[in-house]
Amino acid sequence: MSDPRVDHIPPEATPFRTWHLAFRSRNLVIGSVLTLVFVAAALISFVWTPYDISKLAISEKMQVPSWSHWMGTDHFGRDILSMIMVGARTSIAVAVVAVGIGMLFGVPLGLWAAARRGSMLDEVIMRANDLVFAFPSLLIAIMITATFGPSAVNAIIAIGIFNIPVFARLTRSGALSLWQRDFILAARVSGKSSARISFEHILPNVTNLLIVQGTIQFSLGILAEAGLSYVGLGAQPPVPSWGRMLADSQTMISIAPHMAIFPGLAILLTVLGLNLMGDGLRDIFDPKLRRSRA
Amino acid sequence: MTYAFLARAGAASALALSASLALAAPRTDLTMGQQLEPPHLDPTSAAAGAIDAVTYANIFEGLTRFASDGSIIPGLAESWEISDDGLEYTFKLAEGVKFHDGTDFDAEDVKFSLDRARAEDSANAQKGLFEGITEVTVVDPQTVKVTLAAPNGSFLFNMAWGDAVIVAPESIETIKTNPVGTGAFRFENWVQGDSITLVKNPEYWGEPAKLEKVTFKFISDPTAAFAAVMAEDVQAFGAFPAPENLPQFDADPRFKVLVGSTEGETILAINNKLPPFDNVKVREAIAHAVNRQEVIDGAQFGYGTPIGTHFAPHHPDYVDLTGMSDHDPEKAKALLEEAGVSLPIQVKMTLPPPSYARRGGEIIAAALREIGIEPQIENVEWAQWLETTFRGKDFGLTIISHTEPMDIGIYANPDYYFQYDSAEFQGVMDQLNLETDEAKRSELLKQAQEIIAQDYVNAYLFQLPLLTVANAKIEGLWENAPTQAADMTGVYWTE
Repeated sequence: MSDPRVDHIPPEATPFRTWHLAFRSRNLVIGSVLTLVFVAAALISFVWTPYDISKLAISEKMQVPSWSHWMGTDHFGRDILSMIMVGARTSIAVAVVAVGIGMLFGVPLGLWAAARRGSMLDEVIMRANDLVFAFPSLLIAIMITATFGPSAVNAIIAIGIFNIPVFARLTRSGALSLWQRDFILAARVSGKSSARISFEHILPNVTNLLIVQGTIQFSLGILAEAGLSYVGLGAQPPVPSWGRMLADSQTMISIAPHMAIFPGLAILLTVLGLNLMGDGLRDIFDPKLRRSRA
Repeated sequence: MTYAFLARAGAASALALSASLALAAPRTDLTMGQQLEPPHLDPTSAAAGAIDAVTYANIFEGLTRFASDGSIIPGLAESWEISDDGLEYTFKLAEGVKFHDGTDFDAEDVKFSLDRARAEDSANAQKGLFEGITEVTVVDPQTVKVTLAAPNGSFLFNMAWGDAVIVAPESIETIKTNPVGTGAFRFENWVQGDSITLVKNPEYWGEPAKLEKVTFKFISDPTAAFAAVMAEDVQAFGAFPAPENLPQFDADPRFKVLVGSTEGETILAINNKLPPFDNVKVREAIAHAVNRQEVIDGAQFGYGTPIGTHFAPHHPDYVDLTGMSDHDPEKAKALLEEAGVSLPIQVKMTLPPPSYARRGGEIIAAALREIGIEPQIENVEWAQWLETTFRGKDFGLTIISHTEPMDIGIYANPDYYFQYDSAEFQGVMDQLNLETDEAKRSELLKQAQEIIAQDYVNAYLFQLPLLTVANAKIEGLWENAPTQAADMTGVYWTE
């Protein structure tokens, strides 16, 4: 026990104190509200949407926002609010799975590299990560979808692959400093294998970092999906996607601007919300920042 | 006071000056926008319509040519005589014609061009046009005789195609990058990926062009096309890709919108060899599930004429068969039941880039889902569409506009991508090719239209309109597109 302040949770960080801090962080509150709104919209769309988006009503095309259609209708007469609600599902699904792929592969790789720090294995894993990192991610995503055909699944895989090095690096750097700590030494002395130490002691201590990074990657995932759909390589019709809604509205922007404004706002606010939330979470989880603010 | 007066006088005289300048000399340059860039500039060795759009009538001319209304008028051949048995065409060539490189145009060039096009190893995309020719003879430098194996009622029509233009042996080597023809414009410059510039040919043999310089600018993105026209970067745009923007141009006094017709039958093509679409009842069900008016309104913003068979409605022999496939989802469901297929039917639907296909595809897919057919939409680029759908035949449904004139003959080819194989139809086509009597030809053409409508080979949607946006002061642009062309020879500015 050399330094209790860093090896143990600081005394002021009780659960009550954490919640108190959370509500004092404006970023976190605004970010969480925005995120919750979109998650709620996506969840509600499973059971109810204002209109059925699988039915086209050409005679009602491009109506401006009104009481019956809050965000107006698109060029096929579909309700834009309903489209955005169902589109949120696509965005969230793509982002969740993409971040999931990144964590599922990246975290164990990072832990492994940290456990064998300095070894050949560490080098191989990290240089392979550098290799993936060196490619512009969206470009490779376009390549993957162009090769294997455009679909939401391929978009997810493409975006997910680029999350792997992000999480691997983060986990490794977090784990490396932890390996120097006394409580790890204690665990080693008690005879635990390095794999067990990694999962029982290291992983819980890097979770904070992962959550913060996960939030940021989540927003990047949504943006990437919108981008891929915009160029026609993401979710294929009739599955609604914010990116494709933007692409569809492009030539009509001067006659029906609401067709572009609402999906554009949806992307903007979701990404903003997730970033604010990530910032807020970092403020709370990072002990250094936390002390300076508390 | 004096100062203000002077300023006003100055402004007035400046106005007067510019007005008189404008009166004295209308503009003589034009930038024409078009969506696709040609792969090269030899119309006699590729199917790409973009080549004809730049070169037809402007750079290259044929023995005969299309006028804007689709009629056939003399081109390099100023007159012709047809022998009584219909086998010999003697063309009298225009005099004093020179190619852009200064070499003379004569009967040898005609023989060279036709022999090249019909040769065994010819790369011509429409070899069928030259199939009946047995011999091309040079009678004298101004006269050429073409002998046919059998009478062919559409020979003069065939010779008007962009694929049948006259090229010179002296310049054939470099034709793809430096086309040398006899037309009213000379090729000047090609900035790959951007534009092609043509300049007036001062030694043109016929009526000279009114414009000094024409630039074809290639803008593939519909939004960019809209912006370019609005900003007047291009003064005209042929085959404007976004019909939704036309009302805006129409309302703007700076522009005018020409709505003409093309030879483009827009169809929902069905793979006739792919079960269960080999069953005529299933295809009929598809035809009844589709609501043409909805497709025209939704995909084309109302621009388009419904068709019920593969034939242009402006053609005198057209038969209106839309009633055979009217919108009737209940009947479609009953037909599927009768066919005994298990629902839902999963099918791949490939959609090329034009908005009629992309948007029309979504509308049709929604309609088909109503009757239990589940199309999996796949948006593809042109190269991919040609590779997998057109050549590879790996598709169930696709939407495409067949823009060649009088192309009902494609149904007689069982290897064509939709793979329709009917002995009855092929028989009618064989008869038609031999028939020269106009009344009988018309009868056969009508019969052919009915056969494919009865067999529900494809679902026939609408005739593609030609939507041209131009500066209000430009006159002489083609309103219709009897062939793919942007004939600039008669275009001029009114001020």
